[in-house]
Amino acid sequence: MNLKLFLNLIINYGILTATCLRNLFCKKQFILLFFILIASPLSFAKEALPVAENPEIEKRMIILSEELRCLVCQNESLAGSRSDFAKDIRREIREQLLANKSDKEITDFLVARYGDFVLYRPPVRTNTMILWFGPFAFLLIGGILLFFFLKKRRKSLQEVPLTNEQLKQAENLLKESSDGDNK
Amino acid sequence: MIRYLLPLIAFIILAAFLLVGLNLNPRKVPSPLIGKPAPVFNLQQLHEPENIFKSKNNLGKVWLLNVWASWCVSCRDEHPLLVQLAKANVVPIYGLNYKDKRNLAIQWLEQLGDPYTKSIMDPEGRVGIEYGVYGVPETYVIDKSGVIQYKQIGPVTVDVLEKTILPLVKELQG
Repeated sequence: MNLKLFLNLIINYGILTATCLRNLFCKKQFILLFFILIASPLSFAKEALPVAENPEIEKRMIILSEELRCLVCQNESLAGSRSDFAKDIRREIREQLLANKSDKEITDFLVARYGDFVLYRPPVRTNTMILWFGPFAFLLIGGILLFFFLKKRRKSLQEVPLTNEQLKQAENLLKESSDGDNK
Repeated sequence: MIRYLLPLIAFIILAAFLLVGLNLNPRKVPSPLIGKPAPVFNLQQLHEPENIFKSKNNLGKVWLLNVWASWCVSCRDEHPLLVQLAKANVVPIYGLNYKDKRNLAIQWLEQLGDPYTKSIMDPEGRVGIEYGVYGVPETYVIDKSGVIQYKQIGPVTVDVLEKTILPLVKELQG
């Protein structure tokens, strides 16, 4: 029995006894709870899949497939998807890695079949220009607008000299507050 | 005046982008294989596992390669159309049974009709990867020199068949 399962069982028995003491009379619920709590750690026990035959290859495969889009579930990477399609492609990558293919050869292989769309970082081409440089263009436009806006604003914010009366009032106020501090 | 028009203009630009963007189908990924030689494969036939089908044998004729599976729901949708097309005898359809079980596939064809000149099996989806298959059904139009001329992702519809596939087949056969 592994440690995780053991701890799980102990915790669940704890919950069980606590519930038990609180409601001494609900037998039915007790039995149900008993089975649920017993079953839950057992269902987790199979979670850890056996480590791949070749951890080195597996590691490279995962790094590579994280950069690739799963075409079936398009918001997931090939590394993260559990679709059959992603599984097949992972198998393909694994096999090609075992055959000593380089990362570039493998991505080229996939691009040749599925197009640039499999890549999360598509190459710079005429049709991907907006994608790559659009944000900078927007930044530039925003910067220019900001520049003119601030320039205009500075003009309208010219310093207005205070009148003597206002200066006196300010002095009085300052005096008052410093007097207050001393007391 | 401009002060009040600017938000409106910004809104119109944004709306235009959204209108175009939201009308695009993200599932339609342009295949890089169009205009390229169809990957060559040798696979077991569905009905006669001892016979190997070689795609090279199809050189010299225009043919359709239809990728399907018994677990695929939209394959069921397009199937009657394929049966009809087969009856019209315009172009041979080869069925690539993709990641399926032999008995289920045979049963499926018995129930719904068999439009295929030949059925071949790709139980592990390896040929599927070669052809860039990611969503069954998919249909390829392959010309006499073995070059992929068209790829239909998703079910073939009457519209696609009449407006795109059949004219293309005729042109290629001509």
